[in-house]
Amino acid sequence: MSTNDSKSRPDVIARHLVDVPRSGIRDFFEIVNSMQDVISLGIGEPDFDTPWHIREATIFAIERGATSYTSNLGLLKLRRAIADYVERTFALRYDAEQEILITVGVSEALDLAIRALCNPGDEIMYHEPCYVSYAPLIQFAHGIPVSVPTSSDHEFRVTRKALESRVTPKTKALLLNYPNNPTGAALTTKDAQDIADFVQENDLILITDEIYAELTYDRAHVSPASLPGMRERTIFLHGFSKAWAMTGFRAGYACAPPELTDAMMKIHQYTMLCAPSPSQEAALEALTDPEQDIADMKASYLKRRNFLLNSFREMGLSCFEPHGAFYAFPSIRDTGLSAQEFAMGLLDQEKVACVPGTAFGPSGEGFVRCSYATALDELKEAVQRMAAFLNRLK
Amino acid sequence: MDELLSILKENALESPDNIAKMLNISVDEVRKRIAEYEKRGIIKGYQALVNVDALNINRVTALIEVKVSPEREGGFNRIANRIGKFPEVQSIYLISGDFDLLLFVVGADLKEVAFFVSEKLATIEGVQATASHFMLKTYKHHGVLMEAQDEYERLKVTP
Repeated sequence: MSTNDSKSRPDVIARHLVDVPRSGIRDFFEIVNSMQDVISLGIGEPDFDTPWHIREATIFAIERGATSYTSNLGLLKLRRAIADYVERTFALRYDAEQEILITVGVSEALDLAIRALCNPGDEIMYHEPCYVSYAPLIQFAHGIPVSVPTSSDHEFRVTRKALESRVTPKTKALLLNYPNNPTGAALTTKDAQDIADFVQENDLILITDEIYAELTYDRAHVSPASLPGMRERTIFLHGFSKAWAMTGFRAGYACAPPELTDAMMKIHQYTMLCAPSPSQEAALEALTDPEQDIADMKASYLKRRNFLLNSFREMGLSCFEPHGAFYAFPSIRDTGLSAQEFAMGLLDQEKVACVPGTAFGPSGEGFVRCSYATALDELKEAVQRMAAFLNRLK
Repeated sequence: MDELLSILKENALESPDNIAKMLNISVDEVRKRIAEYEKRGIIKGYQALVNVDALNINRVTALIEVKVSPEREGGFNRIANRIGKFPEVQSIYLISGDFDLLLFVVGADLKEVAFFVSEKLATIEGVQATASHFMLKTYKHHGVLMEAQDEYERLKVTP
């Protein structure tokens, strides 16, 4: 059906879908894409190539014939490798046979988790600023997204007080993402404990998207799922996109008690059938020596993070120290511009793209997201241009 | 390896100011540590990585395996250092296997290198045998691929 037809019949598109706004980042993308010579700090994926041994193993797997369906849950050998990795890294043990589901990236896992839990009218809480898909996915599942604002005063870590102010008898689950996109915030052990207490006291399910878990700096990652009493009420989501630079493989997974995994699996088997088999083979290879793959990239991110923070400081842009992911979230309030105006001005005058914080929720006003998953030479040029832009504003 | 050295190994021209920002230390501290590394002989020098193939000059490089008889005192060291005095010799390594030393030798052309091997190298006392391999093309040098690879296009803004 062409666009014209649907325009002439406004009831064609499902109403709950029409109500969901288009991602703000999409509009920004169109503008950036139409320009030449832009330095982009707006990319939410690693600038590294997937480690060669992973690519090579994937090619070999395809040659060997890894081109057919796999079990709905995913290859058992991969689920076993994941069970070991998750235990080693997160101090959480899941049964490979019935508690792990391989998905098409964490994006699919998140959709499954929400749909598995949500009855129409159920409330799902999530903290914002946050990844762009959270509220829409809840709406697609006929749930009610309830945002919990976070602020720079608490380094964008969600507080117990803020959670308590938004919980109602209809709240079904809390959706969490630390280390966080877009702020780079990471939880302390105390934060994780506060969240665990809150979730248990209110009898909620926790959905925790820990896709950036490996990328923390001077702060060890703590999964709230690993705290006492949490495993049985948590859907733990992880994948290979960020730490292994494998975004295009779309390889992720959900770990949860059998009942929850079964429910997610029911949707997955009818909608996706299975994650692509070459990507599952790639994921398996990624788990052969993960610590080494990740260490080199992490060392590089750390240097770039420090470079960016120190450069912001030098140009008079205040920024809390992000302890995770590969984003810095400087405040641009002192310029008197809105996040949107700042990002547009910087793009227009200096051809540097960073994403306005408001693309990630209203609490992002006054901030812009700068990704340091960007080559050092580009970062150097970008900060010079940003300084020039700020100087003109003074 | 110290992060400071990894940065310089990747880009010897990186400014002390940028290095300071990357490592969260002062510029003075960066200068001090570089000076120390130079003094201790850990940093032996700084060179440009030149893609010689792209220059239109007469130059050949040969990889030469050398079999030598080790000496009672000093093993291979004395003879290796002696060979190293020739400016034609770019690098020398002690290796395992059928041969003992591996040399990288440069010359204007094949004849010049052949002359060096037969007249200078092979005549050194203790050199038993040599095998020369002339290099035809450089694909990767010091961790850098010489020919620009096509970049796979990535999105400029993603959530």
